[in-house]
Amino acid sequence: MSSSKTYRTEGVVLRRSDSGEADRIITFLTPDKGKIHAVARGVRKPKSKLYGLVELFTHSSLMLAQGHSLDIVAQGETIHTFLPLKSDLQRSACAFYVAELVNRFTLEHEENRALFDLLIHTLEQLCCEKNVSLLLRHFEVNLLQCLGYRPNLHRCVECNALLQPVTNAFSPAGGGILCPGCVKTDQMARPISVDAIKVLRVLQGFDFATASRVRIKQGLAQEVEQVLRSYIEFLLEHKVQSAAWLDTLKGGDLASPSPSYPVTSAS
Amino acid sequence: MGRQSISLTEPVARLVDALHKLPGIGPKSAQRLAYYLLQADKEQVKALSEAITMVKEKVSLCSVCFNIADSEKCEVCRDPQRDASMICVVEKPMDVLPIERTKVYKGLYHVLHGTIAPTEGIGPDQLRVRELLARLRDGTVKEVMLATNPNVEGEATAMYLQKQIGAMGVRVTRLARGLPFGADLEYTDDVTLTGAIQRREQIS
Ligand SMILES: [Zn+2]
Ligand SMILES: [Zn+2]
Repeated sequence: MSSSKTYRTEGVVLRRSDSGEADRIITFLTPDKGKIHAVARGVRKPKSKLYGLVELFTHSSLMLAQGHSLDIVAQGETIHTFLPLKSDLQRSACAFYVAELVNRFTLEHEENRALFDLLIHTLEQLCCEKNVSLLLRHFEVNLLQCLGYRPNLHRCVECNALLQPVTNAFSPAGGGILCPGCVKTDQMARPISVDAIKVLRVLQGFDFATASRVRIKQGLAQEVEQVLRSYIEFLLEHKVQSAAWLDTLKGGDLASPSPSYPVTSAS
Repeated sequence: MGRQSISLTEPVARLVDALHKLPGIGPKSAQRLAYYLLQADKEQVKALSEAITMVKEKVSLCSVCFNIADSEKCEVCRDPQRDASMICVVEKPMDVLPIERTKVYKGLYHVLHGTIAPTEGIGPDQLRVRELLARLRDGTVKEVMLATNPNVEGEATAMYLQKQIGAMGVRVTRLARGLPFGADLEYTDDVTLTGAIQRREQIS
């Protein structure tokens, strides 16, 4: 053990999978090393001191040891457990969605400090925010920004003309809006209303506290959600799996609204 | 000579491949096992391959609780002494064993065969949830004890079931929180588990 190199970092657990008898392979997002995979040995046994650290969505400071193929979680300390994300059905579904997007959009060892900060901030807000679906939209817009996919919402991505307050079209392939004259250049472009563009601009330009003051009707919220999802799935070339679970919970399958939990997240 | 070695390695490669597909077996372990089997005596290897074939032919899932069974119904479901007013819901067949070992639980079981895992695309429809709800309809069952693992997926599954079952007017309990968060039932010791069953909490 003493001969192997160790290093310190911190990380949020995005994913974990069972390995061997009682091990787990953990995917962390770290501020300084980007996404990393590490093995937590013996963590499925109740006596393990690691299980709290490597539970989903948990933010911990970590000491890792360099291993042959995978680094090993040697020890660490929990910074934030984000308890409401584990004890409230709706919030946990949102956290799964956030973690999946971050995981799918990132490659190993690509440092992205802004993305790490966005993840921590989003998980914090998810613990207490009432309007979780608008929070997810705000997260998506900022995620795209962090990754360099900020959609252009002011000018036509084809002819560069300023957008007029008419029905335009959103082009996932173009990474923004097409004016009515340029719609034909992209078969996949879908109509987008004036109000939906306004909502996207607010989400793009303001922090969540400000953006959440805007009243958005159900239909408009759905349109914005659709636009962002189509853009995200185009970029990922993959369906976002956990979106189905969010939809199930939203579908009124559940009789009672999720109970509110205290804001404090124990550590 | 060269020819023979080619025909020899082909079956070995196939065996390594097949072993590698098993859970928890990496490429190196697969090789180690394959070479072990290559050197083991014929009787031992035969016994193993027969045991594997038997498991697929003779063992199936209980038509009531979906636990592993050697006939249409499992041992627990066949036993008239078991308390039919109570169902303990677990994630996998392996989780029944530690609960049986405690000897404090006398009811029946229901095996979900997984947990809600949104990122893997697993929701209630991919689990034996519909079958569980169907078992509750005739009013025999008075209590459902949720014994999914105390981790994020296990909790999400329990919260979802609680809402579904609670709406049917059946008492829902959850294993007491003596179990450490993130732990796995399969590896929990008898004392902890006995306490968790006895101190189970009503949640609906
Ligand atoms: Zn144009
Ligand atoms: Zn049975």
